[in-house]
Amino acid sequence: MLAESLTLSAALFTIGVVGVLTRRNAIIVFMCVELMLNAVNLSFVALSRLYGATGQVFVIFVMTVAAAEAAVGLAIIIAIFRHKKSVNLQDINLLRG
Amino acid sequence: MQNEFLPLFYTFHFYLFGLIALVGAIVFVTRKSPVAAALWLVVVMFALAALYVMLDAQFVGMMQILVYAGAIMVVFLFVVMLLNLGHPSDLNDMRGKLGRLLAGLVGLALVAELMALTRSEVTMKLVVPPVENAAAGTAGIIGPIAGPLFKEYLLAFELTSVLLLVAIIGAVVLAKKRSN
Repeated sequence: MLAESLTLSAALFTIGVVGVLTRRNAIIVFMCVELMLNAVNLSFVALSRLYGATGQVFVIFVMTVAAAEAAVGLAIIIAIFRHKKSVNLQDINLLRG
Repeated sequence: MQNEFLPLFYTFHFYLFGLIALVGAIVFVTRKSPVAAALWLVVVMFALAALYVMLDAQFVGMMQILVYAGAIMVVFLFVVMLLNLGHPSDLNDMRGKLGRLLAGLVGLALVAELMALTRSEVTMKLVVPPVENAAAGTAGIIGPIAGPLFKEYLLAFELTSVLLLVAIIGAVVLAKKRSN
């Protein structure tokens, strides 16, 4: 089942990348990043069957970082929404000269 | 190691959950409404949790449901509803005839599978397979994960607690209303 797992992981990661590149809603872009992290977790778990349980330890670290990232990222989105009244990424151009 | 036990049963469900994850991900990326997208992502995460359990990572599968589907996605949905981004029409309407028929068929198939499994001889064969190495035998499922986590990666583990604290404080500071 290793080949299937890695193929599925690659497919999910690609779908996440496509989502990040094509969507304009900042929250959906964040969810696509979560999907990419999930895809990486799947390959970690699949390979941990071959190389020992250390891969699963890394999955737990990835989950922790994903939780922290979601909390801070969504707080930033809330702050931006208060400022701009929008979560469209094309409206967020504060650094443009 | 489940491959020796009911290989067809195992393979079928592996492909089934893989297909659910793939289709769910594609539907998730193509949804317009953030609420629908979040719920489809929850479907993907449940399918991935099933795959983790089938890949002998039961603890990670449980963590996936508790942390990802339970906590992170709830935060996402909470923010979507806080910012009032979901369309109200998406939240409380029933699907069309085709959708309801499909949902009914899926539900019936699941119930039939559960009933057939509980009555068949197959469940007798679904005993816990013997573990490969002796260390895993005494440590159970969580032991092989907890060992490295609290030995080799103890520093990283402690640092994640600092990371979470920083993330909590940062989120509160960022999301707080500025009072003039």
